[in-house]
Amino acid sequence: MSYITKPVAHHPALKRNTLGLTHRDYEGTMSTLCAGCGHDSITAALIEACFEMDLPAHRIAKISGIGCSSKAPTYFLGRSHGFNSVHGRMPSVTTGANMANRDLVYIGVSGDGDTASIGFGQFCHAVRRKLNMTYIVMNNGCYGLTKGQFSATNDKTSPSKKGEQNPFDAIDLCQTAIQLGAGFVARSFSGDKRQLIPLIKSAISYKGFAFLDVVSPCVTFNNHPTSTKSYDYVRAHNQAIDKLDYVEEKEEITADYEAGTSLAVEMHDGSKLVLHKLNGSHDPRDADAAIMTIRKNAARGQVATGVLYVNEQQQDLHDVLETDDRPLNELPMAELCPGSKALDGINARLR
Amino acid sequence: MITGNDAAGLGAIYAGATVCAWYPITPSTSLAEAFERYARRLRVTKDGKRLYGIVQAEDELAAIGVAIGGGWNGARSFTATSGPGISLMSEFLGLSYFAEVPVVLFNIQRGGPSTGMPTRTGQPDILSCAYASHGDTKHVLLFPANPTECFSMGAEAFNLAERLQAPIMVMSDLDIGMNDWITDPLAWDDTKVHDRGKVLSAEQLDSFRETKGRDWGRYQDIDGDAIPYRTLPGTHPTKGAFFTRGTSHDENARYTEDGGVHARVLDRIRRKFDTASKLVPKPEVSVRDKSSRIGLIYFGATRPAVIEGLDLLEREGLKINSLRLKAFPFTSEVKAFCAAHDQIFVVEQNRDAQMRSLLMVEANVPGDKLVAALSYDGTPMTAAFVRGAVLNRLRHDKQAAE
Repeated sequence: MSYITKPVAHHPALKRNTLGLTHRDYEGTMSTLCAGCGHDSITAALIEACFEMDLPAHRIAKISGIGCSSKAPTYFLGRSHGFNSVHGRMPSVTTGANMANRDLVYIGVSGDGDTASIGFGQFCHAVRRKLNMTYIVMNNGCYGLTKGQFSATNDKTSPSKKGEQNPFDAIDLCQTAIQLGAGFVARSFSGDKRQLIPLIKSAISYKGFAFLDVVSPCVTFNNHPTSTKSYDYVRAHNQAIDKLDYVEEKEEITADYEAGTSLAVEMHDGSKLVLHKLNGSHDPRDADAAIMTIRKNAARGQVATGVLYVNEQQQDLHDVLETDDRPLNELPMAELCPGSKALDGINARLR
Repeated sequence: MITGNDAAGLGAIYAGATVCAWYPITPSTSLAEAFERYARRLRVTKDGKRLYGIVQAEDELAAIGVAIGGGWNGARSFTATSGPGISLMSEFLGLSYFAEVPVVLFNIQRGGPSTGMPTRTGQPDILSCAYASHGDTKHVLLFPANPTECFSMGAEAFNLAERLQAPIMVMSDLDIGMNDWITDPLAWDDTKVHDRGKVLSAEQLDSFRETKGRDWGRYQDIDGDAIPYRTLPGTHPTKGAFFTRGTSHDENARYTEDGGVHARVLDRIRRKFDTASKLVPKPEVSVRDKSSRIGLIYFGATRPAVIEGLDLLEREGLKINSLRLKAFPFTSEVKAFCAAHDQIFVVEQNRDAQMRSLLMVEANVPGDKLVAALSYDGTPMTAAFVRGAVLNRLRHDKQAAE
């Protein structure tokens, strides 16, 4: 039904953001995913986040690979350009797009098969290149489009719906991202909108590689009682390590935060993240501690969610490449083509 | 004196390419390195900012992915590779073909199959490039014969890619790419405008209906040349957004499973090839004797050997007309040349007479007219080979007739 355009009539009282746009202006076409799919909740959170951040939709590019997750970009931001590329190759396409125009917001949408298997190499190298993007994995532990095979993020202790045992250990994408030097790493749950929306806003504000692993149950193939990626399991084992407030640049921090339990992290665009620690003393600026938090919780069968790691000083790919401040795709040919005179000089040197 | 790879890298600079992604592979490596070297000299602002971006990717799949991402976003983008890289890039070439995203690929051919002879030359990728990727695909190929043409055709490839919204492959080889050639000086015409193709600005989107009489749709054939109008991300707040996809889509870029629509879109993309045949460089035709019914077709690095071989034959009283292919699809001149000759030698550096097959399939030239003259030992072709191939065949024909 992705070809069905939703009616554009707006309720006159619909809330508008500072651009004069409503929620509806950030929606896409009708979802063709299964009813109850976690991905649709992530889509809703993305719409909410972009609306609240007053982002002009046409300045956002949505790029995806192949799979249920990668279909999702059709269902949000209908005024943004989207690129549904090939399986596992969203990171390279996003790299090229970002190199061509550094001024757009890049939201990469991928799945656990797309990222942890066929595209694992591309994922690793996008992290390493410090690409300024928000990389969202809609993680359901299985291949939905091909009818429920295990993916590489499915826990070893989590059998299939038919009871088949999963023979291999899971790849933890957040640990991998932290190890490879991602600047912002968070995990969330599609069923926890209150946590997810500020995380998406923070990831978009972050200049550098922002990674968001969102556990997003597959209602059709991986939501049974013995699955560790089911709604019930994740709700029961969700261990939020911090509570996040995303504070926009224009807002003042007014609330009183208790010393020692909160941490304010300033982003490049002037917005701030205020993290209220909920459990223990997890410091998201410490990569080793972040990995420890993930592993300790996992050993107890818990899923640690929230901002796991943030590096306030990260450079992005353009800083590393020292590219011009203007987008490369807007440079006039007169500046790019050296002309015949310069060529005469080159010819002379080749004689 | 210059190598083809240096000249091609410089051609990309002159074409205004800003995004280069590559993965090291002999014999193409020095092309990306040349681009970088020239860019450091010619493309850095006074305050040290670079007007280009180069990524040495993790593999060939990523290299072409980066180039396609850049092309999609309106930067002139390219990659350079060789045989095994073509195999790895094939899936993405299909996407670029079907989603109609411009990209330029320099293929510096070497001996194949598999790893083959990475340090020897050849022309063994004609068919694998002409039809790269699964499904129905067909790609524009350019065949430079020397470094001067690596420069000019290398630059022209970017115009064609943006005009045709398709991948364009520049089919060089190790012999041209890595050896220093004595070649004509590189030339640039400052009055020639870079052809950026059909890309709509915000104003053009606003007035599209008024000026074209129809609403814009990403894959609508408005002008009858099978080339649609594209838009770039970030152009207009409410118009021109679409979803680029490798899945089947209709004229408005919407997903479709309607077989009729799928076939219609495939047919239009095929018709784009007819437009391409009018835009690509025309062949170099050399008539030694108007009445001669014997012709010879060749392309690429074999040019000096072929010309010398034909000179030797002419001195022995045998005047053979020749045509050097500069591009695929074949232009009308190629078809006319084949019609005007009864026996045509097709000289190429691969085992399976790939260009001969392409002429049979794509230009409808009868196979019994086309005589394969093949050299595939990895060394550059010689005049003696050309002379020998022609004389042996003619002697054989004569004996058969007697």
